[in-house]
Amino acid sequence: MAKAKETVSRTLIVALVLSIVFSVVVSTAAVSLRPAQIKNQNLDIKTNILSAAGLLPQGASAAEIEELFEQFEVRLVDLNTGEYVEPSVVNVQDPMKYDMYKAASDPEMSTDIPSSEDKAGIKRRPDIAKVYTMSENGEVTRVVLPIHGYGLWSTLYGFISLEGDLNTIEGLGFYAHAETPGLGGEVDNPRWKQQWVGKEVYDGERADPQIRLVKGGVSADAADREHKVDALSGATLTSRGVQQLVNYWMSERGFAPYLQKLREGEV
Amino acid sequence: MADASAKQVLFEPIFSNNPIALQILGICSALAVTTSMNVTLVMCMAVISVTAFSNLAVSLVRTQIPGSIRIIVQMTIIASLVIVVDQVLKAFAYEISKQLSVFVGLIITNCIVMGRAEGFAMKNGPWLSFLDGVGNGMGYSVLLIFVAFFRELLGAGSLFGVSLMPVVNEGGWYVPNGLLLLPPSAFFIIGLAIWGLRTWKPEQVEEPDYKMSRHTAKEAF
Repeated sequence: MAKAKETVSRTLIVALVLSIVFSVVVSTAAVSLRPAQIKNQNLDIKTNILSAAGLLPQGASAAEIEELFEQFEVRLVDLNTGEYVEPSVVNVQDPMKYDMYKAASDPEMSTDIPSSEDKAGIKRRPDIAKVYTMSENGEVTRVVLPIHGYGLWSTLYGFISLEGDLNTIEGLGFYAHAETPGLGGEVDNPRWKQQWVGKEVYDGERADPQIRLVKGGVSADAADREHKVDALSGATLTSRGVQQLVNYWMSERGFAPYLQKLREGEV
Repeated sequence: MADASAKQVLFEPIFSNNPIALQILGICSALAVTTSMNVTLVMCMAVISVTAFSNLAVSLVRTQIPGSIRIIVQMTIIASLVIVVDQVLKAFAYEISKQLSVFVGLIITNCIVMGRAEGFAMKNGPWLSFLDGVGNGMGYSVLLIFVAFFRELLGAGSLFGVSLMPVVNEGGWYVPNGLLLLPPSAFFIIGLAIWGLRTWKPEQVEEPDYKMSRHTAKEAF
């Protein structure tokens, strides 16, 4: 065909026109769909929180989820002091907009965890965490806390929900992980998650969390059965990861200072 | 191919010239996204729309594209379409887009898309190219759905997330085959599908690269 289309100027013009046309197409799509995407992301987080707290009815619609979530109050907590902080500390207006996992990679907003203490395998911990509380007549009746840590292949991200005594587990769930389907992936199994309900994190006055994932099931008369959960069969490392990460986040280095203050009514 | 009829262009890639089974293209995503039917169907629709519209767009501008930059031009068109598809999925099918994760983005590197743009759309008119894109996308989809059917049914005891064979972990009787939820199992199923297809259509069997000669050496016994 024509030689004309092989010249340098022709090549440049075609490249330029094409780039302009397609950047317009791509940016139009990105900008016009942005609000719907943000809505989806927020809805997804809210769904996960409600499901960890066991408050999510089957097949709830978006509007119902929004309404149920209204019961929660979103607060930011300084993990070192265990006290609430204003959203302005992390430069946001709405605490919902704060991303603690993004903050974990910002040296200004996070702390290195010495490897001897890094049970959850997360390397850095954000200084400020986002918590969700529900209260009745000024008294906290439920707290949902974000937890994450390394399993076998991936970092598991989830939520743990505690009852008003800040000790009894009301539910636990992971919303993002890449563990082996059918083995470690069974962390998503509703029957397995059901076992966590009613377990106790702490033992009396001791500040160390006591959760253990054990092999062979937990019989009704086992010692310390209130701290024990049946491990996932065929997934020793994922189970160990879950045990470590729950205990890490419930320990002094995680949410324990905050829970302590909350229990004593200081925050 | 210039005088191929629309019907041929559309239906040929499904069984006679299947991109996965005969051209052996796009295997990577066929392993990754076939653990459940829902995810697979969405992936298939994404691939069909990208192959169809990239073929259409490439074909429309084919007389204008200078030979020296034609590959990068095709890449630009394909990449833009993939980004658009990814954005649409995030806005309207968020749950599934989370499961598909990087594999929507990786449609860009799916050899089927590029292969059809370079091999067909550069030489044919827009309408035929569009049909060729749809056809190849469907050829890809038929195989993916076939693989996903067995993987979900035998690996998780369900189809489209609806439990058909209640699994032991949930109090049923079916012990799921965990291997089928892992990527290598897709290789086995694709292998069996190719075997089946070539038994049905023996003309797809390639000539052997070499023939073993007769065994002539005398054994000692």
